[in-house]
Amino acid sequence: MTTAPTARQGAVGTAHTRVEGRDKVTGAARYAAEIPFPGLAHGWLVLSTVARGRIRALDTAPVLAMPGVRTVLHHGNAPQVATDYPGLMGGKPDPTAAVFQHDRVPHPGWPVALVVAETPEQAREAAEALVVHYEQEPHDVVFTADHPRARPTGGFGPAVTEKGDLEAELAASAAVVDAEYTTPEEYHNPMEPHGATARWEDGRLEVVDSNQGTMWVAGELANLFSLDPSAVRVRSEHVGGGFGSKGVRAHQVAAVMAATVLRRPVRVVMTRRQMFSLAGYRSPTAQRIRLGADADGRLRALEHRSLSLTSTVHEFNESASAPSRVMYDADAHHTVNSVVRLDVGTPTWMRAPGEAPGSFALESALDELAEKLGVDPIDLRLRNEPERGPVSGLPFAGRNLSACFREGARRFGWADRDPRPGVRRDGRWLLGTGTAAASFPAGAGPSTAAVTAEADGSFTVRINAADIGTGARTALTLVAADALDVVPDRVRVRIGDSDFGPAMIAGGSTGTRSWSWAIRLAAAELRERLAPDVRVPPEGVTVRSDTTAALGALTQRERHSYGAQFAEVAVDPATGEVRVRRMLGVFAAGRIVNPLTARGQLTGGMVWGISMALHEEGVRDRATGGHYGADLASYHVAAHADVPAVEAHWVDDHDPDDPVGIKGIGEVGIVGAAAAVANAVWHATGVRHRHLPIRPDRVLLAGAPDA
Amino acid sequence: MSSAPSSTYSAVTLTVNGEKHTLTVDHRTTLLDALRERLDLTGTKKGCDQGQCGACTVLVDGRRNLSCLQLAVAAEGREITTIEGVAEGDGLHPVQEAFLELDGYQCGYCTPGQICSAIAVIEEHAAGWPSAATDDLRPEAGPPPLTPEEIRERMSGNLCRCGAYVSIVQAVARAAADRSAAKEAVA
Amino acid sequence: MREFDYRCAHDVPGALALLDGDPEARFLGGGTNLVDLMKTGVERPARLVDVRELPLDRIEPTADGGLRIGATVTNSDLAAHPEVRRRYPALTQAVLAGASGQLRNMATVGGNLLQRTRCGYFADITKPCNKRVPGSGCPAVEGEHHNHAVLGASEHCVATHPSDMGVALAAFDAVVSYATPDGPGELPFGDFYLPVGDTPHRETALPPGALITGVTLPAVPVAARSRYRKVRERASYAFAIGSVAAALDVRDGVVHDVRLAFGAVASRPWRARTAERALTGAPADAGTFAAAADAELAAARPLPHNAYKVTLMRNLVVAELTRLTEEASR
Repeated sequence: MTTAPTARQGAVGTAHTRVEGRDKVTGAARYAAEIPFPGLAHGWLVLSTVARGRIRALDTAPVLAMPGVRTVLHHGNAPQVATDYPGLMGGKPDPTAAVFQHDRVPHPGWPVALVVAETPEQAREAAEALVVHYEQEPHDVVFTADHPRARPTGGFGPAVTEKGDLEAELAASAAVVDAEYTTPEEYHNPMEPHGATARWEDGRLEVVDSNQGTMWVAGELANLFSLDPSAVRVRSEHVGGGFGSKGVRAHQVAAVMAATVLRRPVRVVMTRRQMFSLAGYRSPTAQRIRLGADADGRLRALEHRSLSLTSTVHEFNESASAPSRVMYDADAHHTVNSVVRLDVGTPTWMRAPGEAPGSFALESALDELAEKLGVDPIDLRLRNEPERGPVSGLPFAGRNLSACFREGARRFGWADRDPRPGVRRDGRWLLGTGTAAASFPAGAGPSTAAVTAEADGSFTVRINAADIGTGARTALTLVAADALDVVPDRVRVRIGDSDFGPAMIAGGSTGTRSWSWAIRLAAAELRERLAPDVRVPPEGVTVRSDTTAALGALTQRERHSYGAQFAEVAVDPATGEVRVRRMLGVFAAGRIVNPLTARGQLTGGMVWGISMALHEEGVRDRATGGHYGADLASYHVAAHADVPAVEAHWVDDHDPDDPVGIKGIGEVGIVGAAAAVANAVWHATGVRHRHLPIRPDRVLLAGAPDA
Repeated sequence: MSSAPSSTYSAVTLTVNGEKHTLTVDHRTTLLDALRERLDLTGTKKGCDQGQCGACTVLVDGRRNLSCLQLAVAAEGREITTIEGVAEGDGLHPVQEAFLELDGYQCGYCTPGQICSAIAVIEEHAAGWPSAATDDLRPEAGPPPLTPEEIRERMSGNLCRCGAYVSIVQAVARAAADRSAAKEAVA
Repeated sequence: MREFDYRCAHDVPGALALLDGDPEARFLGGGTNLVDLMKTGVERPARLVDVRELPLDRIEPTADGGLRIGATVTNSDLAAHPEVRRRYPALTQAVLAGASGQLRNMATVGGNLLQRTRCGYFADITKPCNKRVPGSGCPAVEGEHHNHAVLGASEHCVATHPSDMGVALAAFDAVVSYATPDGPGELPFGDFYLPVGDTPHRETALPPGALITGVTLPAVPVAARSRYRKVRERASYAFAIGSVAAALDVRDGVVHDVRLAFGAVASRPWRARTAERALTGAPADAGTFAAAADAELAAARPLPHNAYKVTLMRNLVVAELTRLTEEASR
């Protein structure tokens, strides 16, 4: 037949339920550990119980004699892997994933063995029965703001940025804020644990996994096992949350080793407890902020120093001063990102890395400055809107922060706010409101896509995207439909398969933007090829695209999404309980592809902000160096009862230079949210909380104002 | 339960979604693992495997339970309903419909547990069970209004890390309202 | 998890016979705590005797106006029971404050009494713990203890009892019934849990091999005006950092009768008898309430990071007794 796309209303911008929604609500959607394989064996990881030292011996013989046990892999018998290669995400891979290569234990929870058995029950019991003898060495796991080994390093951006004379500007300021803020270890805890099944099929390594980028994982596995990239296929159709944690991890590598040794499919799934050691986390931060301003609120000085931690085996810098490099300018502007290496696991990207903890400190400090100056917190921010990037000097490609604040203030009822703290009561509760600004970089990564016009008049898009809950699969369907000028029903988007070719990962709020770009390029060319009288052959007509050149041609700008966060809290000063009563965010985040799912992305981020402000805290036991309470009963994430009515809205946001117009929405929702809650707690109680989470004991001991 | 072939294994008959399945289970096997690994009913999810997240929620004799803390061998004789069995025929259960239309999920992994839990919440509420959010506990007070606060408290055993709580609560409220409207129409 | 034998009991003598006093055997109730502990390796039983089919699932009035609650009654059924809601509302509130709807459907009254501490050292077999491995030490004293005990603990163990239900049962003078092969027995709630001392691994006064068959609540008229309030680090589905069960009868502005018990501050639900004595006959005002709480909490021995619990409990006592006083005057 011939394909004659009909003119129609655009799909982008209108609400669509998820294309895989029916599968998700009926339980038909299969996640990585749910795909059956004949002859499957089950692997169970054994993690180090000491924080630092050396493996002296493993008593494998009794374990090998246990029912169903097929092998015990460890540093003495595991296949060798290469680690001296540049990883796909820049730098060498985290050696925590390159399991069983030596006898060193550099941090608690280091994988020391994999026990493989016929059933998960047998594997678990055998793994627990494996006795490992260690030579223990002293460890240092205590993160402190003044750790002597801390040093500035580059992370996202340079280690240090400096302009102007900070001390002179502070001295000349009418008001100065000098405060320290801390955030604790935070754990992603996606609901679906990390799990992978590996098998060899006709000389090709096949891995079914739960990850944020199959090409990324496939590339790393090819490098680690010295395989030709074409000999590795990784699939990841449905992903039960990632938040930055689902990249290359010990479980995939261990599964590949076991599948190689046993010549049968092997599945390795992390337990929830193991995820605390193996899946990465957000480093704690200790931040110092100094602000100096004129009486009218104009900033003369801004200093933001951030310290985070990393492991002794891999570099990761949380870079919490990131928001200060974008949000506010000052005559003297200094930022530093430092790290200290401790005997702990390597932290990693976690939803809004840098920006989430950094905005808590920066936006709390702005609130403190507003209080000192007697200036409205929104006015203070609007008076400091920069013309150009404070560090880069680049012009902004659309900076609609003030529109967010105006719209947010109107919807939230900010104009009626009494700025005095500690004066509103509702029964036992003190009430307060707070606000904060948000921003997150709007980036894109090179991607390829293939769009096929099928003989039946439908279209198939193949792109190595990942839908980790973002609604990407649905958004890309709408983008493709508009690009092809057909209704979404005629477009089928297939994702999560490394055989589809290189594409950006689901990370850094870049996914939908990057993938949409590639789909539009391919679709445009396909439409040109499909002249009205062209007959589509049975195998279809396929066009491939690659955005590498288009991305390179994009003008250099400060590209970000923005937001204004508002929170109302209730605080019981007698018990220290804090409840968020309502929350509202207004965002400038480019073109909103699917309002239904976009709202969920933004409010979900705000819920993370509530969780970060009030609940989340990974606790480390100093004596053993390991976690205390590594489970979901001790590590609290916000539950239903913690989350009130949360609203997200958006303003028009266009970047004329940008051919796609989409910005990321996965992360900006958390940025500033914890600060808005903390600022509201101050407004309720008159007490400033600079250390997260704002636990009941902290509120209780901080007391209440005399009012 | 039939006589045990060994002291650590037993043959059990599990009634799942109205269908009987007889299998020999290692006593250590949880109902969750029996469903997922033995019966290929993978809609029931393993989030924490220790009763701390609610992803494994199923209905046992009509009541919501955590299948990760239920031993399969001890589930003999119980009526088990999983997400695969909550709808009648090929249609969707009204709670599933509401989750789908109101986007009451993101990654979807906690979703079957949330839906099974929500189905039970609506029944528990209709039966007059109070919750920690209920002010008036007197039995004669009847079921409290199913406010968002009541729904949040009753659903709190189902964690959603994506933070889809706002739309989940809307979905539960809609399904509950539709149910009572339907009951009134019948009455 | 170690391999184990499983047996289902259908009557109490049968359950006792199946257990056979074997120290490696355990009764299985709802499994909400035991199965979790088996997964973490804290419990490694060789045999489970399932007691959920026992005919102990009824709540019945007693001749003297109390209630007898069978050991296999689920938390949900207990909380929803009309007579519990009318006569012991704090018990309903306590049960509903615990865990989640799913867990309350599974958990049983007998199991609730025997649940183990949620101390993170106890639950992690890679760390020392005197309760789990006697003599191995208590790392909480020097380590993480911000949710540990301030009352009745010892240098050997500072873990708290996690039950909410137990706090209300303590306030209302419940009596625990049990069966042994040698015959039945009873333990007043105040004697049910053993002092910590240097034997934190010995938690209850139940004879070895005993099976809890039920809990009897005596007639407690003041309990009809009772409340349970729980403070925790999220709004629901979390263990308490402090809780109080309170019942109050005020006549002519004077405390005529009072019951007070604390949760999450000791190795057992903590009956606040010192405070009750200070309150009885005293004027029902905030000053009296605070002084009574202070009298009870004078015995507190907080560690560096849990001293807030003393303030918290004092404030909770004042808040809840004040509220009960206000409700009574309406």
